[in-house]
Amino acid sequence: MSAVVTAVPFATQSVSADPKVKSRIRGLNFYYGNLQALKNIDMVVYEHAVTALIGPSGCGKSTLLRCFNRMHDLTPHTRYEGEIRLYPDDVNIVSSDIDPIEVRMRISMVFQKPNPFPKSIYENVAYGLRVRGVKARSELDGRVEAALRGAALWEEVKDRLEEPGTALSGGQQQRLCIARALATDPEIVLFDEPTSALDPIATASIEDLIISMAGSVTILIVTHNMQQAARVSSYTAFMYLGELVEYGPTTELFTRPRHQRTSDYLTGRFG
Amino acid sequence: MPKQTEALEHQHIVRAFDEELSRLTGAIVEMGGLAERQVADAVRALAERDVELAAKVIETDRRIDDLEESIDQDAIKLLALRQPMAIDLRMIAMALKITNDLERMSDYAVSIAKRSQRLSEHPELRPIQQLPRIGQSCLSMVKDVLDAYVERDADKATAVWHRDSEVDELYTSLFRELVTYMLEDPRTISSCIDVLFIAKNLERIADHATNIAEKIVFIKHGTQINRPRHEVE
Repeated sequence: MSAVVTAVPFATQSVSADPKVKSRIRGLNFYYGNLQALKNIDMVVYEHAVTALIGPSGCGKSTLLRCFNRMHDLTPHTRYEGEIRLYPDDVNIVSSDIDPIEVRMRISMVFQKPNPFPKSIYENVAYGLRVRGVKARSELDGRVEAALRGAALWEEVKDRLEEPGTALSGGQQQRLCIARALATDPEIVLFDEPTSALDPIATASIEDLIISMAGSVTILIVTHNMQQAARVSSYTAFMYLGELVEYGPTTELFTRPRHQRTSDYLTGRFG
Repeated sequence: MPKQTEALEHQHIVRAFDEELSRLTGAIVEMGGLAERQVADAVRALAERDVELAAKVIETDRRIDDLEESIDQDAIKLLALRQPMAIDLRMIAMALKITNDLERMSDYAVSIAKRSQRLSEHPELRPIQQLPRIGQSCLSMVKDVLDAYVERDADKATAVWHRDSEVDELYTSLFRELVTYMLEDPRTISSCIDVLFIAKNLERIADHATNIAEKIVFIKHGTQINRPRHEVE
């Protein structure tokens, strides 16, 4: 039978014909003590696209995400093997020669629960910039505004920048955390279940934001919500028991998975 | 083509979803069975000049329409409430298309039944004897494609798809015979036209059987939904 005739993609999150590779994972193993949580992962992450990691609890998707900014370094008895290469400079970010602080300058993260610092809205966003030595008030002002605009929060908070970040609503707090992640101009932003603590309206606004951010940054998102993965991502990886089972364009994976495990998981037949 | 999934053997975690899906499949099988019966009866009514049987075929149309409506509504509900993925999505989306094919088949059977009633008022034409043969070919396609649907058998469906040309050839040969007949005796023209339309309706019923065959292959493999004829011809 001849190949499938592909019409013009209808989704906003289309797959570009010749995507640039932002990062390449090769032979990645990860251990918590004796427990191997990731098994020989090989995968590419495409630049300026949203890539979703899905799979049942304990499949290793969050572990993989956390490798990207070396979060595991904070946990004792953990070990990385293999590599996560970051381009264009082709550096292995899980190598022990690389300073995790360097990695986190380039790859920032947004967590499940909004976790603003107990500081003002302004200082929440400016914090990373100050750490990096930005002192001039005019530059800070400009970049805080840009980050808040990037997180679609500026219009709501521009008159109350000195109020505590914790005074905002849940959805606003999460967008504040996204602004904080964006302020330092990262190359990749990691999202770990960013909407699981939010109501549907706030969820929709975060999803809309993620899709629009993908024009300028590369995004990796872990989600339990498969419809969310389907809505926001161009590529989806399905993981199970520490292995990457299937990876490909989201539209393909959700309509025509190649593997039985993926199909069972997507259709809710997982035992 | 990658090896395809066979997700049907597993149950859903949400059992109600399994029940809804099997109810949907069951309704399609019921509708298919009715349509098949209608076609068989229409052909028999024609061959045996049985006006009452023809009337029964015409009546069945209401039940087909009701089934189509309820299957379509159920499929829309499933799409909205279950957000199906992968093979479930393909099954439900194709349910919407298959009911359409079955409903058309039923309409053609009704049209055959009406013409057979009219033909029974006139002396029998010789070319009519060819119709049961076309009818049998096309009926066996309908029957096999419904079996393929129940068994989710893409190979069986593909075999039906390839048989469509048989019916096309029978139709073309009957068409030629009818033209000769009409030239010889213009008084038969009106009946001959009825016979011609009946043959055309049977040929269309076979086309809808091949459409359903394409949907079965899509449900199974997720590849092409509509397969153009010229790919093999």
